[in-house]
Amino acid sequence: MTTIRNFFASGTPWIWANAGAVAISIIMTVGLLLLLAINGLGHFWPKDLMLAQYLQPTTSGEALPREIIGERVDWEEVPAERIISSGIPVDEAQPLYARELIKIGNRDLNGSDFTWLLSDFLSDIRYPENLTAFERREWGNFYGYVREVKEAGNSVVTSDPENPDDAAAWNELQVRIKRALAIHEEIVTLEKVEIGEVNHALERLRLRQRGLELRDQTTPESLAEIAAERAKWDSYYETLQTRLNMLYDDIERDTVIMLAMNDQNTEISLSDIVRAYQPNGMHIGNKLVVYAQKLWEFLSDEPREANTEGGIFPAIFGTVTMVLLMSVFVSPFGVIAAVYLREYARQGFVTRAIRIAVNNLAGVPSIVYGVFGLGFFIYFLGAEVDQAFYTEALPAPTFGTPGLLWASLTLALLTVPVVIVSTEEGLARIPRSLREGSLALGATKFETLWRVVLPMASPAMMTGLILAVARAAGEVAPLMLVGVVKLAPALPIDGNYPYFHLDQKFMHLGFHIYDVGFQSPNVEAARPLVFATALLLVIVIATLNQLAVSIRNRLREKFKALDM
Amino acid sequence: MTEPTTEYAPVNRSKFKKIDMSKLSSHEQTPSAEDLPSCLRVSDLNLYYGSTRALADINLSIPSQRVTAFIGPSGCGKSSLLRCFNRMNDLVDDCVIKGSITLDGADIYHRSIDVADLRRRVGMVFQKPNPFPKSIYENVAYGLRIQGINKKRILDESVEKSLHAAALWDEVKDRLHDSALGLSGGQQQRLVIARTVAVEPEVLLLDEPASALDPISTLKIEELINELKERYTIIIVTHNMQQAARVSDFTAFMYMGKMIEFDTADNIFTNPTEKQTEDYITGRYG
Repeated sequence: MTTIRNFFASGTPWIWANAGAVAISIIMTVGLLLLLAINGLGHFWPKDLMLAQYLQPTTSGEALPREIIGERVDWEEVPAERIISSGIPVDEAQPLYARELIKIGNRDLNGSDFTWLLSDFLSDIRYPENLTAFERREWGNFYGYVREVKEAGNSVVTSDPENPDDAAAWNELQVRIKRALAIHEEIVTLEKVEIGEVNHALERLRLRQRGLELRDQTTPESLAEIAAERAKWDSYYETLQTRLNMLYDDIERDTVIMLAMNDQNTEISLSDIVRAYQPNGMHIGNKLVVYAQKLWEFLSDEPREANTEGGIFPAIFGTVTMVLLMSVFVSPFGVIAAVYLREYARQGFVTRAIRIAVNNLAGVPSIVYGVFGLGFFIYFLGAEVDQAFYTEALPAPTFGTPGLLWASLTLALLTVPVVIVSTEEGLARIPRSLREGSLALGATKFETLWRVVLPMASPAMMTGLILAVARAAGEVAPLMLVGVVKLAPALPIDGNYPYFHLDQKFMHLGFHIYDVGFQSPNVEAARPLVFATALLLVIVIATLNQLAVSIRNRLREKFKALDM
Repeated sequence: MTEPTTEYAPVNRSKFKKIDMSKLSSHEQTPSAEDLPSCLRVSDLNLYYGSTRALADINLSIPSQRVTAFIGPSGCGKSSLLRCFNRMNDLVDDCVIKGSITLDGADIYHRSIDVADLRRRVGMVFQKPNPFPKSIYENVAYGLRIQGINKKRILDESVEKSLHAAALWDEVKDRLHDSALGLSGGQQQRLVIARTVAVEPEVLLLDEPASALDPISTLKIEELINELKERYTIIIVTHNMQQAARVSDFTAFMYMGKMIEFDTADNIFTNPTEKQTEDYITGRYG
């Protein structure tokens, strides 16, 4: 009895309990990150392409041999009766069957690019070095042999798929893909930047004319001026269009004839190909290069194929822009409110009630803020703004529709209690003696606040901002109502006046995860991207936080609190 | 009176005798406070914290360019009285002041008085050093910047002069732009004095300026007070009677919110009129 009591009195169990709790937290965090990293980052590795024969038993007893080319993605064991109930007559005596998920690509030929195969019926598995994988702009990946490269319909080089050493067509193809990619780059710039500028200018001309009409200020001269300008842009557009058509003709010049599995021949335009590689023949260094390229594409490119391919750069950009804009809104607002509450307002029932209300505001479910943002900011404020400043664009709304500004404001509202509370705490911690020291030198209350108290409280404000950023960056639900979309055609910052488009809708990593994970037509292809995007979201939030933390630490060092 | 105190008292008294002997010579010709031009005049001052009366019917005339010390046991109201002179008590919510205090003849509690300006004229140094978390230079320049003086030449000059006046210049002249928080406690307190002197006040209020310092720093502060009294009217609150005896020309003894006795330091410490004063300075209570 006494020994147990002594054991508890010594405090040892508490130390163990505390250390255990810390250890579990660390293990959970590390485990989470590892899970995300393994599931997400493996996706970009150029896996070997398998060639195999597959003969699956059928109920009719008829043998249907198939050739399979694809990447092995996943593997699991399934009880026999489940396979039988799905219509494949396997031997009941064997309790478990292994099955593999194979990415066979070629969605244009097969209908779907993933298939489950029972391992027991795979035979003759080989990894021919001349099996080629294409990543395409449409229809997902393609796997097969390069048979013939054509230029404008005329054969240039042919290779024998049976002979792995015959790389003539593959070599020719690589050169031509490089050319096609360069042209594609040019097309994208032309469409996005130059034609985008023309469209923007034409739209602004239209709005100018409409504005003049609405205000009854149209004069023949002004109309003529607008018409002249429009004609100028139109003719510029014509030249751009001709250039674009030429580029399109150029990029579609080359095609490649591919031999896919089961002896299917298909012709693919080189304009469709993003990347081509022969993974089976690559050594680890080359694979790493391809891996890095794919990872970089993921970080820096726009999504393709309903977000299941390509990159997520617009989502990263949208998240960061929205969070920074939110910080710009929330910091001054929260700080001013806290200063008034703590320094100027008479402490009493009303301030206490306000403080309770602010604290409660932090507990309101975020979707409620989304509804508020939609109802107040968008339908009310936005509509008023449109009426007042953007009448010429009506009935198409400018600010009366979800967008970046409203999303940032909604999140600022959501996070302002955090900033108020931590700023107030910071203000309360400033020693009275310092305030008196300043007042005794003839400073007014405001001067004291401005020159001594607020700088010293700035680390606390940063703490508030850190918490606000952490909360805002991870928020998805309210954003779905006030500005986030599945696919935004343009970034909120670009080269067209007014450069920073507060009214635009934007993409967001959190919503992207939801969209790719649950709204995607191609679940198997999307799954690794869900993990990769989640990992990236964690990294983005951690980076934003780290930025704020380092600013705070610098401020702390500068205004090191006195030990009094 | 308990036994230990009475036993302890003679020791204390003998200590005072020694100091008083040395003081006597330097203060021989000190005239009484009434004969000197007065700077601050307190009449019928009553101060209440809520319903508690902290100061009762204080009447006092503080002579210019002299050091006046307030002594008395804790809670006797000496700090409260000191804080009346620059209206620091305004910051206390339920503090009510009745009666009047005049500075050079003008009532400092009058509506037309600008409190910030009053505080510039009546500077204050607090018990614990409270430098701002800024550089040494910026600490001293703070009061001037508040007044809108931003010319570097004027600031440089004033900072140097003030740091000289606070006997700190030689110690910090090579690190004016380092943080003031890196200074020792005694240096910080002298920095605070320099900061206060920089705005050229007429009166310096010192609220137990040495109570948080070690003996050597205390000595330096006391030497500084002796130098500063040439130019400023100084009022010092202290717990330490030896200190009051060493630095002050006039001493006021307060007890329970009342001004018991106010006279030259010599008289208070050698020949007090009131029994309470004698009891206190001989250590019978307090």
